Amino acid sequence: MNRHEPLIHIAKRDSIAWWQAWLVRLGAVVLALLTSALFIYALTRLNPVKVYGAMWEGAFGTPRRAWITARDTSILLCIGVGLAPAFMMRFWNVGAEGQVLMGGCATAAVLIYCGRSLSTPALLGLGLAASLMAGALWGIVPAVFKAKWNTNETLFTLMMNYIAIQLTCFFVTKWENPKGSNTVGIINQKTQAGWFPDLAGQQYLLNVIIVLTVTVCMFLYLKYTKQGYEISVVGQSENTARYAGISVRRVIVRTMAISGAVCGLSGFIAVAGASHTVSTSTAGGRGFTAIIVAWMSKFNTFVMILIALLLVFLEKGAIQIASQFHLNDYASNVVEGIILFFLLGSEFFIQYSVRFRSRRSEKEAEA
Amino acid sequence: MTQLISLLTSAIVFGTVILYGAVGEIVTEKSGNLNLGVPGIMYLGGIAGVAAAFFYEMHAAEPIGIVGLLLSFAAALAASMLGGLIYAFLTISLRANQNVTGLTLTIFGAGLANLFGGSLNTLAGGVGQISVAVTSRAYRAYIPALAGLGRVGQLFFSFGFMAYLAIAVALGASWFLNRSRAGLNLRAVGEDPATADAAGVNVTRYKYAATCVGAGISGLGGLYYAMDYIKGTWSTDGTIEALGWLAVALVIFATWRPARAIWSAYLFGVLYWAYNYITGLSRASIELFKMLPYVVTILVLVAVSLRRSKESQPPKSLGLSYFREER
Repeated sequence: MNRHEPLIHIAKRDSIAWWQAWLVRLGAVVLALLTSALFIYALTRLNPVKVYGAMWEGAFGTPRRAWITARDTSILLCIGVGLAPAFMMRFWNVGAEGQVLMGGCATAAVLIYCGRSLSTPALLGLGLAASLMAGALWGIVPAVFKAKWNTNETLFTLMMNYIAIQLTCFFVTKWENPKGSNTVGIINQKTQAGWFPDLAGQQYLLNVIIVLTVTVCMFLYLKYTKQGYEISVVGQSENTARYAGISVRRVIVRTMAISGAVCGLSGFIAVAGASHTVSTSTAGGRGFTAIIVAWMSKFNTFVMILIALLLVFLEKGAIQIASQFHLNDYASNVVEGIILFFLLGSEFFIQYSVRFRSRRSEKEAEA
Repeated sequence: MTQLISLLTSAIVFGTVILYGAVGEIVTEKSGNLNLGVPGIMYLGGIAGVAAAFFYEMHAAEPIGIVGLLLSFAAALAASMLGGLIYAFLTISLRANQNVTGLTLTIFGAGLANLFGGSLNTLAGGVGQISVAVTSRAYRAYIPALAGLGRVGQLFFSFGFMAYLAIAVALGASWFLNRSRAGLNLRAVGEDPATADAAGVNVTRYKYAATCVGAGISGLGGLYYAMDYIKGTWSTDGTIEALGWLAVALVIFATWRPARAIWSAYLFGVLYWAYNYITGLSRASIELFKMLPYVVTILVLVAVSLRRSKESQPPKSLGLSYFREER
């Protein structure tokens, strides 16, 4: 008997059929849902089947809830879409949180300072431009340092988040209304100037339309344009890119400007289209969650829709359960964490095949 | 002078929290694992400690501080190492991406801790905020005779034992990484795992050990925060998360050297609290003031990448998974 063969043998797969890959991912989701159900059961003694019934109720139970789910999904999706080009370039933009906040602050500034003098379309146009620029600026700064001096972009963008958070706190105290409340309050509550208009009677339809348009555009940009191709070459191998005559520095800065701008756009939508106020919870950790959305979907913006929806569904559902049982909303983060751990782990089984040392191979070795 | 002393003491208390976080993360990063789960791990350590003390104080008729202390210390260590183990299993064995896994761990840890921190009392049938006063008092005990020595006593002897333990752990880590054989092997793994592997170092084992031990140390930061800094209560305001990221910043600021992290941590504390001692600051400018540690860290990060001196670079394989067959 060959005693030297290890118990588990791991080999990289050459390829895997798409349906097999999705089967593995589906299995991971199912396992994760079971684990979360167990967790919720341990806390609440609620029948696990009913748990998911209640979660469904929380996310889609009424038209209003369904629209809020759609609204939150679209913002998470928008941030994820913004991160896609950066990740495809293997540039670790962990700074989405800050880029979203800067976009949100820029929008709020436009609504507050020009709210009386400009019409809503002009306000929206100006807010859009300001948020794109603010987000892009927050993306370009680390990109320039990465391109010129190879400064570690993960840590740089991470720090930029906290500068943005403090800046947001600074603006909140500057714009606070009423004085002493430490919140900005609803901006232009009476006039609704600079708010997204209702479309077909739906408050959040415009949000969804904008984000879906951006999603499609980003998919086309990454897949079919010259710039998108350059991004993927730089991501695969910077040396190859240089050899092919691509200016790596320019691609890095340009891509991060786009990435930051789309994240800034999410801030614009979150402020002008959803909350109509600004605070650090305008981003509220979604900048970090979106990183996971973008990474899981392998830069495919359509897969992002699915993952974003799954995460928001879990969030809304867990909040529903938590409020029924007088727990707090953080239950949703736990469930989110569990499901992401399983999805992250499942990628391994897609990329590698695992073979256990079987009886048969031992016999073969003897023979 | 009194003001200066009180600024320095609050800076030391603040610095101790992030010093634990940073030293743990340095040990982890030296193995090539960039664990962005530090805030989550600090949360896990904090809540495990509080929960252990809470159940002990609830069930014991006459809770004794030192027993609660030992129980909560062990629980915090175990929980945060478990968090590190999740990260290690996913990134080392399953080769998941380190950044994404770390961020997930932060989401998970923060969620779990705030869920229990906010609802533990309700779940146990009590009302209001969770509080573990007896255990917390044991954590904050100091020697009155020494602390009474005027300003010197206040500056050097007025802290709970964990403030001194943090310095000891940092110095110990410094010795380990620079002087011991295992520490040098660990650094080799972080710089170039393939070479270390060829030299007969068990890369997987070193990475696992460094990540779990590092997580254990980081988790103590959360424990110190919960037991000493906010005196055995819990608040879901997200401070631990902010401190956790500050600990990650401190790793960069200290250029991956645990001994340097000691004074850097206190410097961060001074920067963070300075606004309290400058008169005439508006609330708005206080918020700008709190930005300082992060700005300074970015400056250091840029300076490090500009100077390219060999001693102060991040570990070379930081953030990359190692798979022997892929060489």
